[in-house]
Amino acid sequence: MSTGEFLLVAVLALPALGALAVAAIPRDRVARSVGVLAAALTLVAAVALVADREQGWTAYAATTPAVRPWHSIDLPWVPGLDLRFHLGVDGISWPLVVLTALLTLLCCAYSLWRVPGGGAGRALVALLLVVEVGILGTFLALDLVLFFLFFEVVLLPMYAIIIGWGGDGADPAAPDARRRAGRKFALYTLFGSVLLLVGVYVVVSAAGTADIVALTGGGDLSRATQLAAFTLLALAFAVKSPLWPLHSWLPDAHTQAPTVGSVLLAGVLLKMGTYGLIRVAVGVAPEGARWAAPVLGVLAVAAILVGSLVCLAQTELKRLIAYSSVGHMGFVLLGIATLTATGIQAALIGNVAHGIITGLLFFLAGAIKDRTHTGALSELSGLRETAPRLSGLLAFAAVASLGLPGLAGFWGEAFAVVAAVNAGGALWTTLAVLAAFGGALTAAYLLRLLRRVTHGQPTPTVAALRPGLAGAELAAWAPLVLLALAVGLAPTLVLGVAEAPVEALLGVVAR
Amino acid sequence: MSEQIMWLGATSEPSLVQTVDHVALLPAYLAAGTAVLVLLVDLLLARPVATVATAATGAVATTLGAAAVGSGAERRTFCVGADCSYVFGGRAALVAALVALLVLGVLALSGPMLRAGNTPVGEFCFLLTCSMTGGVVLAAAGDLITLIVAVEVLTLPLYVLVGLRRGSLASAEAAVTFFVVSVVATTLTLLGAALLYAATGGLHLERLGALLADEALPDLPLTTVAVTLVVAGLAFKVAAVPFHAWAPATYDGAPLPVAAYLSTASKLGGVIALLAVVREALPPEVTGPVLAVVAALTMTVGNLVALRQRRTVRLLAWSSVAQAGYILAPLGALALVTEADARTAGYAAALAYAVFFVLLELAAFAGVVALRPAGADGGHLDELRGAARRHPWVGAGLAFALIGLAGLPPGLAGLFAKVTVVRSLVDGGAGWLALVVAINAVIGLAYYLRFAALLYAPAGGVAAGPAVRPARAVVVALTVATVVALAVGFAPQVVLDLAGS
Repeated sequence: MSTGEFLLVAVLALPALGALAVAAIPRDRVARSVGVLAAALTLVAAVALVADREQGWTAYAATTPAVRPWHSIDLPWVPGLDLRFHLGVDGISWPLVVLTALLTLLCCAYSLWRVPGGGAGRALVALLLVVEVGILGTFLALDLVLFFLFFEVVLLPMYAIIIGWGGDGADPAAPDARRRAGRKFALYTLFGSVLLLVGVYVVVSAAGTADIVALTGGGDLSRATQLAAFTLLALAFAVKSPLWPLHSWLPDAHTQAPTVGSVLLAGVLLKMGTYGLIRVAVGVAPEGARWAAPVLGVLAVAAILVGSLVCLAQTELKRLIAYSSVGHMGFVLLGIATLTATGIQAALIGNVAHGIITGLLFFLAGAIKDRTHTGALSELSGLRETAPRLSGLLAFAAVASLGLPGLAGFWGEAFAVVAAVNAGGALWTTLAVLAAFGGALTAAYLLRLLRRVTHGQPTPTVAALRPGLAGAELAAWAPLVLLALAVGLAPTLVLGVAEAPVEALLGVVAR
Repeated sequence: MSEQIMWLGATSEPSLVQTVDHVALLPAYLAAGTAVLVLLVDLLLARPVATVATAATGAVATTLGAAAVGSGAERRTFCVGADCSYVFGGRAALVAALVALLVLGVLALSGPMLRAGNTPVGEFCFLLTCSMTGGVVLAAAGDLITLIVAVEVLTLPLYVLVGLRRGSLASAEAAVTFFVVSVVATTLTLLGAALLYAATGGLHLERLGALLADEALPDLPLTTVAVTLVVAGLAFKVAAVPFHAWAPATYDGAPLPVAAYLSTASKLGGVIALLAVVREALPPEVTGPVLAVVAALTMTVGNLVALRQRRTVRLLAWSSVAQAGYILAPLGALALVTEADARTAGYAAALAYAVFFVLLELAAFAGVVALRPAGADGGHLDELRGAARRHPWVGAGLAFALIGLAGLPPGLAGLFAKVTVVRSLVDGGAGWLALVVAINAVIGLAYYLRFAALLYAPAGGVAAGPAVRPARAVVVALTVATVVALAVGFAPQVVLDLAGS
């Protein structure tokens, strides 16, 4: 087994074994530490994947496949269902893999310090690790059926996190609300994944293989098959991303989930949808993608506008951040819909930036809610006076989120608009203008958030706050702050590795 | 029992002298012998433990016998020319072994009930092993008469078993409902078989298939009526909509272990019978569309009604109606398929789903039995609230089975079952039915999740029932079923290979 294969297996095996160990160790504190260790080792393995990769890009021949993983491992599992244990990593998936591993580590470390009320801390850490296995598996799978399998793995642990540790213990209606939110999340996402299952087998049964490497570019699939497959797959990923109008599970789930759950949900879970759209839907059914691109673009812009307008009217902190995800993912989807190199690059960097920034925002919102026991914007004014560090960080995250140049959020949104302009034609130009307007609205609601929360006279709840931040909080937030800066100043961190695979993908898609 | 079947098989063409392959009949001998031995042990020793041990040993022996005979080449006996009434191959061995194992599992589940003393042990074990004999023979049936007799041998003891809860009105009602419905169903099937014989002159499944496919056969409306009657009669046995109404009442009235048997072994029997006639005998152009509609209705109605259930066993009963829909779905795609390969894949998918399903269903019932007081019925769902907090392992086992039935990880067995069905449907060109299955999986999750979450909900508010100590035999059954379900979840190819053999 080569180093690359070993690392690929390790990235999945470490959190899986970690989850088992955490569940088996009866002592809560020790178990949680073991979980953090497993998450840390996973991150090391994930980062190491970039080392000694095969740099075969220059040898660009017509016969080379459009997906050229740096490392891959391919073992038979269930031949009767065309299921192979086929993993691989390339420049499209690697940034997301690292982001997942990082956010899970931060969430586990945060849980070492604070466990939300509701259940045992070690169970929460074990579930976080299982969620990580599912997400990483989805990003690494190069077999359609395996992809579906990992897509499903995430569902129940996340449901358990929402209903087990979610909500606010102080509110008497909380158990009902979080149960409803959890059930909505589970049913909505299962609806998406069963469509994915049917879509996957539409492709597999027509092509006779489930190998994503062989299928990318459409292979010999007929136009009708591609249209059917793309419709099913795009619907499935639209639920997960989520794309307006299939987004309504998201605000409830994000609001009710505990802080670490929201961070993972917004940070990486949504990316399974956009990643799937790029790798599976567009890659496997490019003709379907070209056919549906205008619809996808219109819906994406609708998501941007609707998300921003709803945010302008929100009065609850977590709900506002949750809805902002709808808008931000709209930019990502707009980038994908253009089916151009710029657009897909923008989508990839937008994915990573949104993961970093929204992860940070949810951490901060969780910290504020933990301290004040309220999320109502009207009760939070004047945070700057009593908790200047917290409010400073919130300002930083909000400004990053609205896309200030120099911070991570800028590249994805700006280049999605640029890609839409470049795509030409009346439709795409209109969409670009509307999306740019949506970007302005994004700035408006985030500035409104800052004005309401950080400025003004401190309310009684806020006045009682102490200014300090816990060491665990700083440890969990610092990497995200630094990354938001780093990706903003040097987008090549993401784009450098993604450039070649995106070119290769478009080589077969844009024909 | 096997004597009777032998004669029936032999008398259908009385003029030929036959050699009987006793090795092929070994599993049936073992099962029937067990039933007789149980009767004798109960009569002579009159010790419940000995009786149950005999039945359990017999079930194990039957399993081993079926596996041993099935591992060899296919064996045929009671043949008239090329047509045989008894064909014991790999598939028959799988079903026979499965039925015997399910009987073993149900015996384990009935431990607390038998110990509670309200149930006559000897009769219970005798009837159960009789029913097992029917299941073993059914797997190998090669003609319609053997098939119908075997189904009856499987079902007949159940009329009594369902009514076995002494002094319970619900139990008696359940027994009568079940008896009436079942007799009507049998009559329909028999009438259909008779009409088929009148139309074609054949009774052997393979021969019927050839005759019905023959262009020379006059296209009589009679044939369609006969096919419909046979399928409808057997649909009663699997509780497919619109012939499902008996199932929830019967399951709920029956003692819990018997309900477990009804929804696993008995349902498996019905599925096998239906598979046998659809696979070998009846023209897929007629049965395919009918079964597709029946499957779609069955899963949708079963799932929708299950959403509203508040009683544990009724929820499981309706969910098991829905599951029958998933089992039948691959058969619905057959009308559109012409290649033999794709057809075989469809039958294999249905059988594989049935295997995964009975495993998880047995685990689910074992979990419910373990969490309920000895000899009690299923009760209300609320009585199980927070049960997983009091009994973490048993609760986890039950939750795992429910998640598996819903078809989600970590219940990989259930997930692969759904995947198998969807795959065979998409391959067979019945994409719409695949979508129906998919949407139903979402509806199904709603109530399975509610049930599973209830087990972990804080018990606050509702008074916890009397403290229950799960019986050891039940816990063993639950553990074994869960471990097997986990194992086939990681290696589903084993089941797919067996079902496709």
